Amino acid sequence: MATELKIGQEAIEKKGWWQAYKWLVLRRTSQIGILLLFMLIPICKWISPEADCQLGWIMKGNLSSSKFFDTIPMTDPLLFLQMIAAGFTSIAVEAVIGALIILVFYLLVGGRVFCSWVCPVNIVTDAAFWLRTRLKLVGGTRFSRNIRYWLLGMVLIVSAVTGSLAYELINPVSMLHRGLFFGMGFGWLVIAAVFVFDLIITKRGWCTHICPVGAFYSLLGKVSPLRVRADARELCDDCGECYIVCPEAQIIKPVLKGKEKGIAPVILAGECTNCGRCIDVCAEDVFHFGNRYSVSPKPAPIAAKILNSKLSKNSLEQKS
Amino acid sequence: MSNSQSKQSQKKSRGKGISRRRFLNDMAGTACGVGLLGLGISMYSRSANAIKPLAIRPPGALPEKDFLAACTRCGICVRDCPYDILKLAKVGDKVPTGTPYFTARTGPCEMCEDIPCVPNCPTGALDHKLTDISKSRMGLAVVVDQETCIAFLGLRCEVCFNVCPVRGKAITLDYKHNERSGRHAMFIPVVHSEDCTGCGLCEKACILEDAPAIKIFPTHLAKGDLGHHYRVGWDQQKKKGGSLIKSTDKHKYNLPKGVRYDYEGVGLITDEQGNPIIEPNNTPVDPTDNNSESEMPGSSNPLDALNKGIQEAQ
Repeated sequence: MATELKIGQEAIEKKGWWQAYKWLVLRRTSQIGILLLFMLIPICKWISPEADCQLGWIMKGNLSSSKFFDTIPMTDPLLFLQMIAAGFTSIAVEAVIGALIILVFYLLVGGRVFCSWVCPVNIVTDAAFWLRTRLKLVGGTRFSRNIRYWLLGMVLIVSAVTGSLAYELINPVSMLHRGLFFGMGFGWLVIAAVFVFDLIITKRGWCTHICPVGAFYSLLGKVSPLRVRADARELCDDCGECYIVCPEAQIIKPVLKGKEKGIAPVILAGECTNCGRCIDVCAEDVFHFGNRYSVSPKPAPIAAKILNSKLSKNSLEQKS
Repeated sequence: MSNSQSKQSQKKSRGKGISRRRFLNDMAGTACGVGLLGLGISMYSRSANAIKPLAIRPPGALPEKDFLAACTRCGICVRDCPYDILKLAKVGDKVPTGTPYFTARTGPCEMCEDIPCVPNCPTGALDHKLTDISKSRMGLAVVVDQETCIAFLGLRCEVCFNVCPVRGKAITLDYKHNERSGRHAMFIPVVHSEDCTGCGLCEKACILEDAPAIKIFPTHLAKGDLGHHYRVGWDQQKKKGGSLIKSTDKHKYNLPKGVRYDYEGVGLITDEQGNPIIEPNNTPVDPTDNNSESEMPGSSNPLDALNKGIQEAQ
């Protein structure tokens, strides 16, 4: 049975290691690469305190606000909203442009691409999930995944009430990213708390239940064109591995099993992080990245090819 | 058949009822939980946002309240500081988490003329309009320890005066008579808030061990605000460009009976007929006249006591 096997084992056997881990590897490369870009200055200064560290200026700042090559500004749009909620309206043009750049980028590629391809906390929570699976820990507290949207509202209200970016005092996302380059202090405790929470208390607790930053990007992701598609959903052999690896497992089923109900084979839920792990683990290559607009139910070229090969294989078997 | 159907519908409706109740329950629970959390964060932010005295903001920082709404805690100012004095507060530091500050005693602002930390601030939490570093007001120096500061002991030091980048303006030396030795001058440092940038070079340079005698405080902690109903006479005089009253002006104050008002020894208060009133007590006393009955019990001249003692000894 598939569940007895290591997750993704079937995919490795069928598609080879690279095809079964491609998106995961690319994702980790992206996450660590972005960290490294920001890390160049601290590393340079650590190696030689007197050096000018010119090379290091590729990426300056952190995820809250940064500058690429000292010219292109980037600002976290949620932070921007908090600023306005807090009553600071004379924001410099640079931050407005920076927030727009980030906004447009994630509107195009999928809001929660931030979560799975950039956010450093994702590495922590993925590690917690991996360990949870490894230790076969089950149960824990269950609560609504919608609580994050409430918390998102709370974050903005708290900013308005206190007149400051109050949530930034405890936000583990900015805390970890900032801490890595500017010093963590007791921030490690907060990150450890997130890890333990995900490990013991709630499966996929932080990222898919609580994090208001993720909730904000989920809202952005509702409209983005880049999507995971399940055009080849007829090929699904019910192994269930995509449900296991998906951080937002609830969004797969309606699409995967929705052919009779006339649901398009595109995952349109804003919560999808475009992590591509479902594409990796699926031995039948049901999923692939595509755009949301091609609504025709006929399989995409790649899936069609596989379908054809499978059909011909079946027919061959029948013949023999 | 119909029975089972009704049962089913009953079941359905009951199920619906429960789910609605559960839904409302869940909603209420969520709202309460989230509300409590929000309250907690608000209260935590109120206590955490009270900036502590030794953390001074970079040049051009908006007033603290605006700064906490505007600073994204990105640390670009930290990266742009060529002297590496700026830090982002870590969790557990006594400064709101992630906001930039410097500690004058260990690393004061070196007052770069091009102020590199300011122009890259993305939101304007560090005001881009600041182009003259001597106009920045990071804090205010205060001579806090007037018991150990060696200038107050009558020794020469003047280190704070000499390192001050707004030299001779932000810190001046007040020459005072040294009462202890009776024959020396004391060079007392005095800070003037209209010129002090709060850079902290004086605090860094102070020769005292551990705590310095001169310290930078956020301006709102170091300096009060005069009640707005006060009209300081000399300021009003400057505004007017001359004396506010004429010597011939009649005084309109309700002074107690027998008390008279004198205007700089020139204009004496006149009586109803316009004649100056000369007080009987106002007759000048010759201070050298020892036999005078009007001699004060404690003379303001210290030599009097000395002479008296010598006279008595003789």
